[in-house]
Amino acid sequence: MDAPGITALMSTLSSARLLELQERANAVRQGIIRALASAGSGHSAGSLDMADVFTALYGHVLRHDPAHPEMANRDRLLLSCGHIAPVRYSAMAMFGYFPESELLTLRKFGSRLQGHPERVSLPSVESTSGPLGEGLAQGVGMAQAAKMDAADWRVYVVTSDAEHQCGLHWEAVMTAAKFKLNNLICIIDRNFIQIDGSTEEIMPLEPLADKYRAFNWNVLECDGHDIAAIIETLEQAKAKTDMPTVIIARTIPGKGVSYMEDDYTWHGKPPNKEQAEVALRELSAERERILAHA
Amino acid sequence: MPSNVIDRAASEMHLVDYRTSVQQLPTRNGFGEGLIEAGNRDANVLAICADLAESTRMEGFKKAHPAQYLEIGVAEQMLVAMAGGLAAAGKIPWIASYAMFNPGRSWEQVRTIMALNETNVKIAGAHAGVSVGPDGATHQAIEDIAIMRVIPKMFVVVPCDSVQTKKATLALSATFGPTYLRFAREKSAIITTEETPFEIGKAQIFREGNDVAIVACGILVYNALLAADELSREDGIECRVVNNHTVKPMDTAAVVDAAKHCGAVVTVEEHQTHAGMGSRVAEILVQHHPVPMEFIGVNDRFGQSGDPVELIEYYGMGSTAIKEAVRRAYKRKGKT
Repeated sequence: MDAPGITALMSTLSSARLLELQERANAVRQGIIRALASAGSGHSAGSLDMADVFTALYGHVLRHDPAHPEMANRDRLLLSCGHIAPVRYSAMAMFGYFPESELLTLRKFGSRLQGHPERVSLPSVESTSGPLGEGLAQGVGMAQAAKMDAADWRVYVVTSDAEHQCGLHWEAVMTAAKFKLNNLICIIDRNFIQIDGSTEEIMPLEPLADKYRAFNWNVLECDGHDIAAIIETLEQAKAKTDMPTVIIARTIPGKGVSYMEDDYTWHGKPPNKEQAEVALRELSAERERILAHA
Repeated sequence: MPSNVIDRAASEMHLVDYRTSVQQLPTRNGFGEGLIEAGNRDANVLAICADLAESTRMEGFKKAHPAQYLEIGVAEQMLVAMAGGLAAAGKIPWIASYAMFNPGRSWEQVRTIMALNETNVKIAGAHAGVSVGPDGATHQAIEDIAIMRVIPKMFVVVPCDSVQTKKATLALSATFGPTYLRFAREKSAIITTEETPFEIGKAQIFREGNDVAIVACGILVYNALLAADELSREDGIECRVVNNHTVKPMDTAAVVDAAKHCGAVVTVEEHQTHAGMGSRVAEILVQHHPVPMEFIGVNDRFGQSGDPVELIEYYGMGSTAIKEAVRRAYKRKGKT
């Protein structure tokens, strides 16, 4: 693993900016809870645990413009594990793509916020996803198109760890290496859970980093809840010139809501009204702690 | 013998004189030629291949447009998904494998990434039908029309010869939307010419007649024409022969008109009779103008190794079987 160190980053990310992003991530989590409680169905654990990564992406790393969501040279962000759509929708709302109130339409008839993302109803989600193992493959196609057109936009693909059990994902890993897609960054939500339990019990993925190295990828790892580390790692990935990069982001499923953390049974269910209130109280208290540092 | 009426339909369609002699070339050759020309017309047209460049006839494109050609190995789900990404970024990717593997292996990716996601990906399904021959049942796609025509927004086109396959390749390249073009391995009769019109979604009357309509697609259109001529000589039964090359969106008006004009319909396709082109014709006619129907195709069986012509005959798709089906349909007219 190449690791130039975190010092370069710290010069670009002030502590005030970092606190601002942490506050945004907290808002993203609150939006997730409200959306899921309103929907009455959906996936809590993964949505909550990717809030910091999505905040880092939309808040600092991506080239994007909510006012012009289809601008030609935007970076493409694909969510391969479409079931954690609430984190993407909530982040998009917090960063100006649509009003926060629209989050309450999640999974409801006529909503742009489909249970799994659909590009036709909401173009800025870039791909229609949910069937697992397909996002990186589409990202490979987009990154290759950028290469063919000598365009400088990048492709970021967020994947779950469990979808590494799909064969198509590895076809994509192989293809990305063949075409030396250094404009492609895959981020793994390494939370070690899936619907039926622990990933390592259901179908072991380890040694995951070694698998990617063997497929000729640049492999980076980070704490998926440390926004400074996430940004620093993404910057390292962008500097790679000859191969695609995977970032294994270690996360705690249900992060931010005490009764959900590290409990796989929250993979695929929403909080009810009372549970949502508890979660929002906890998250509000956390927000106070963040603001106290500001 | 052919009457003036019959000749007029063939003449209007600028068909070759298929009754005397025909040139034989595989429909896949027409795809190869059309693809090169599509690449000339638009630099966004790409070809992506899954280790079958020669047999799917992408090889010519690879030589003519090396910068627009990608090879990804034996990975048909990847073929669809990567093409979806390329198309989302403005490319027009043609992806080719045997129909059995794409869309056979890749159906869910086709549905989600091409159709639900509305991407401009073009599938070339090569080696369709039992006429693949010696490779046997594993490589003979005879369910592909069914699994493609059931998907919303999908174009499904099955041209009748290599000349028409070239035109279909060019027409589909210039039409936005997810597309399935089906063609075959073996040499087959060329019955159309450069002058023969081609329009996606517009069926063509290749022979006129009042007694029974034969609605066919793919390389068996030629068998249908042969059967029609023999029926005229042997029984005095005059058939309208419709080249129904676009299975989806099907030319409803042409199908209903054939049923109204003739009062009985026989469908002909190199595919399972269940859920294929003929089934779509039946769906239309049951709703709009029910008439006696017979179905020529593979009847709920798998293929096997053999000589292509031998297999077409064995599975009941030769001109003799078509004639028998027409006679049955003719007898049923007015009795239902």
